[in-house]
Amino acid sequence: MQAIAYQSAKSIDEAVSVLRQWGERARVLSGGTDLIAQLREGRRHDVEVVLDIKSIPEARELRYSPGQGLYLGAAVPCYRIYEDAAIARAYPALADSAALIGGIQIQSRAAIGGNLCNASPAADAIPSLIALGATCEIAGPNGRRTLPVEQFCIGPGRSALEQNEFLVALRLPSPAAQSGSCFLRFIPRNEMDIAVANAAVALTLNPAKDRITAARVAIGAVAPTPLLVPEAAAALIGAPLTEATLERAAEAARAAARPITDMRGSIAQRRHLARVLTRRAIESAIQRAKES
Amino acid sequence: MSERVQIQATINGEPVQFLAEPRQSLLEALRDELGMTGAKEGCGNGNCGACNVILDGRLVDSCIVLAAEVEGRLLTTIEGIAQGNHLHPLQQAFLEEAALQCGVCTPGFIVAAKALLDRTPHPTEDQVRHWLAGNLCRCTGYDKIVRAVLRASESTEANA
Ligand SMILES: Cc1cc2nc3c(=O)[nH]c(=O)nc-3n(C[C@H](O)[C@H](O)[C@H](O)COP(=O)(O)OP(=O)(O)OC[C@H]3O[C@@H](n4cnc5c(N)ncnc54)[C@H](O)[C@@H]3O)c2cc1C
Ligand code: FES
Ligand code: FES
Repeated sequence: MQAIAYQSAKSIDEAVSVLRQWGERARVLSGGTDLIAQLREGRRHDVEVVLDIKSIPEARELRYSPGQGLYLGAAVPCYRIYEDAAIARAYPALADSAALIGGIQIQSRAAIGGNLCNASPAADAIPSLIALGATCEIAGPNGRRTLPVEQFCIGPGRSALEQNEFLVALRLPSPAAQSGSCFLRFIPRNEMDIAVANAAVALTLNPAKDRITAARVAIGAVAPTPLLVPEAAAALIGAPLTEATLERAAEAARAAARPITDMRGSIAQRRHLARVLTRRAIESAIQRAKES
Repeated sequence: MSERVQIQATINGEPVQFLAEPRQSLLEALRDELGMTGAKEGCGNGNCGACNVILDGRLVDSCIVLAAEVEGRLLTTIEGIAQGNHLHPLQQAFLEEAALQCGVCTPGFIVAAKALLDRTPHPTEDQVRHWLAGNLCRCTGYDKIVRAVLRASESTEANA
């Protein structure tokens, strides 16, 4: 691999000024589980500076309160999410994602923010972020802005970040009472593989726990970017918790999928998986909401 | 060729200073700059665990950590597992269970298992298998490795 410079920023302003100075030649480093592997495999000849954001307080902070929701710094590694019992209980789909990205070694380093910024169509954290209604906090030369997470990925490996911007943090709203969420993926082995398809569901039940009052459904690895599927949510909201309701929502996810055939799976298999995973994730989210 | 940078870290309890290029991985710095060749390069991209070290208490693949990132931090490598000539119970159990053949994966498995026993002194077989999913072995078929880790977890010393 080419020679690079390593810089560790201590503040958001310092990071932005390094990005301004180096432009396209700088890449942000969170856990490095994508970036360092890509650099070492010679797939990133354009990079001259690696900008480590792990020393920026706002990027390493993880904070949850039932009133304020979750503040998830962009560089917080996966293990901190599933090892925090309160966070794992409030955002089970996010904890599901964090616990199955790579193995233990990867989870020590890989950040949810890094997973999002890498913008892989098959990324395992992005459907959960979409289902849970996350908002991106972005910093750049023109100050700060926010963006709903479902607008962040614009193509395979491409995000809505403008030149010299970086992701500082994600914010997730507090779940309402009687809420549950779930993330599922299909891979041919038990651990350590890239999703053939994945799905996340977050929903809220009425006090009698027999109707869904709010829902968000997202699917991944079945389109150029992870997708929010409003039609699936619409099939759930207000409808009775019957077999027919669940099937309508799962069918909406299948219909929204626009997959390709590659070495991991075919179009037909991926459409089928979008349906089955969505259906199972809804059932699990309902179960979790009932137990919450 | 870029400037070498000076890095200070604590490795196996000793303060260490060394020079490394910013593009060097922690694994390369350990092996090529510090002569600590216990950690192995299997895949070089985070898939096999042969390069495992413990960084500030967390198990990591040193092939996808930059050497420059460990400034000021605490590292445990396979070289720090035995106490002088006294093998760690995990090392003893690997010998007794014949849990290695070519041995390339062994330092990574022992470091990974140490990180597990530090947190979960008495893991179940499922916990051991789940924890070691990021470590690959092409020789043993894993059963003997899992048995060795379980055996070591029964000895009180492993949890000292
Ligand atoms: C062995 C192995 C197994 C894996 N398994 C999985 C898996 O099961 N599921 C899965 O989804 N992924 C998997 N991955 C991929 C990877 O681990 C994840 O995508 C991870 O979440 C990336 O996070 P990171 O912090 O390491 O990102 P990094 O490598 O630090 O960054 C990823 C990309 O995003 C950019 N970036 C990072 N942070 C920011 C920021 N704050 N602002 C702007 N740009 C930023 C970087 O420049 C880089 O291009 C695996 C990787 C390996 C090596
Ligand atoms: S050499 Fe580091 S994980 Fe394989
Ligand atoms: S003993 Fe040869 S790879 Fe494990």
